[in-house]
Amino acid sequence: MIRTGTRYRLLALFVLPALLVYVGFSVYPLLSSVALSFFDTADGGSVFTGFGNYVYLFTDPYVSERFWNALRNSVLFFGIHLVVELPIGLLMAALLTSNSIRRSRGVYRTLLFIPATLSVVIVGFLWRLIINPLWGLISFPLLGDPSTALPTISLMSVWQYIGIPMIFLFTALIAIPDDILEASRIDGARAWSTFWQIKFPLILPQFGLISILTYIWTFNGFDIVYALNGSAPGPNYSTDILGTMFYRTFFGSSGQVADTDLGATIASVVFFIILVTTAAYFVVLQRRLKTYEL
Amino acid sequence: MTAVPLKPRSESRAKPSRVRLQKGEASSAIAVHALLIVFAIVAILPILVVVMNSFKTTMGIFGAPFAVPGADTFNLDGYKNVFTRGNFAANYLNSIIVTVATIVATIVLATAAAWALVEYKVRISPLLTGFFILGIMLPIRLGTVPIIKMMVATHLIDTLLALVLVYTAMQLPLAIALMMTYFRSVPGELKEAARMDGASEFQVLGIALPLVRPGLAAVASITMLPVWNDLWFPLILAPSKANQTVTLGVQQFVGQFQSDYPALLAALTLGALPLIVLFTVFSRQFIQGLSAGYGK
Repeated sequence: MIRTGTRYRLLALFVLPALLVYVGFSVYPLLSSVALSFFDTADGGSVFTGFGNYVYLFTDPYVSERFWNALRNSVLFFGIHLVVELPIGLLMAALLTSNSIRRSRGVYRTLLFIPATLSVVIVGFLWRLIINPLWGLISFPLLGDPSTALPTISLMSVWQYIGIPMIFLFTALIAIPDDILEASRIDGARAWSTFWQIKFPLILPQFGLISILTYIWTFNGFDIVYALNGSAPGPNYSTDILGTMFYRTFFGSSGQVADTDLGATIASVVFFIILVTTAAYFVVLQRRLKTYEL
Repeated sequence: MTAVPLKPRSESRAKPSRVRLQKGEASSAIAVHALLIVFAIVAILPILVVVMNSFKTTMGIFGAPFAVPGADTFNLDGYKNVFTRGNFAANYLNSIIVTVATIVATIVLATAAAWALVEYKVRISPLLTGFFILGIMLPIRLGTVPIIKMMVATHLIDTLLALVLVYTAMQLPLAIALMMTYFRSVPGELKEAARMDGASEFQVLGIALPLVRPGLAAVASITMLPVWNDLWFPLILAPSKANQTVTLGVQQFVGQFQSDYPALLAALTLGALPLIVLFTVFSRQFIQGLSAGYGK
């Protein structure tokens, strides 16, 4: 056994490089971004303004309207992933674990995951071409109508990323010990009821975890909307989500002057929303789900 | 009733052993295959349509978008245009440099950290581990404003190094979580025997490394995708023509040549194919990495 003092020194030696990069380029910038949101740097100086930027974000008629609109859209963007991507991903995972296709399992798994290897830029343009009325598959301009544009973009994103919950839940399902399933089989339970009464409750913690990860990823969403509609995503801001609003505020766009402080403020609000929801989820739900674990 | 001997298990533990053949088995196999085939078609067909049309003339693309290229519609102008007017060779090189450098940095830093967190247990080890794991959930993009300020201050703005640093920080938590699960499975006797023989701690790590090779492959493959495909940081940290990655290059190219459909489709195909091929080759490691990393 190595002496305690030596262990401390070895730990420091091996961990420090990773810790420096992680803190320097991930933890520090996030915290610093929150700090920045309490300052006004517009005139080159740096004046502490307390919650001034937040008051401006939530009370200025134009800015606050954009913010609430982007928040609503982000909720919808996440909601569509939650009700479409996760159930279908679960179905795919369940089908993949089926005994009867065991030999072709690897092939299906690879094929179903391929869209997730594409970049969103490619996914966006690929689908824009396919649903282009010029190609005649669909005659309605789905991306041009404010009521269908965001659901359409969300479904493109679902198409791309569905392989992730699929693999995740597949792994959880195949980890269920055989003897549990054997018992239910001897009891004469059918596949359908075995799944819902035995398997699904057992993988509920993993289902919860992939839901919360999906939430974090979608609330950070930006790429697919930017790739399709740029930084002032139309029609009429109907596809503007928090990520695009953050980008537009920070860098400015044709109709808007860049505002670093307000950008940091929006980032902090998003960070806060994600932090509170995730923490609440882990404290209230995940703990309860864990009790089912073997 | 006599039980049929158990078949040797292949990769998964999920399938219940076949005690008896069920009546509905054949029909249920057909149903499962049918559903999976439908899903696979939805996943693959759009990509095939784009790849196929990239070998056609504009007339062919719009006249019959779902027909395979024929003698009168086949042409390679799209690819010629991409290579003459786009900046693809440079973009590819940039993406390869950034992705490979990030993979190497992530593997080296994560392996050292995970080894120490598993091996040199002290009071703060669990806390430190938790601090790293927390990073899997940290939305690093929301720290963009300070990241830009730091990069400007250090003159790293618009360099590939800036991307490598940020991506390494972004990928480290998952890589550390993953490597810790692999290091935990290295038998203790092996390490103790090496220490008895007077091996230094670096040599002990060197002895353990071959045993965690699948972990290294898994880290490499899960680092590859998000780095190669990211649009946000290339757009913000390395936007100049000389430093563009493939993802940003395709984005810009599409913006510039909106009406040149053969070139557009060729650009999309060139952007997509390398990763599809790499993923297909390494899909086992990738899937292992993904499930082991998030599963803990």
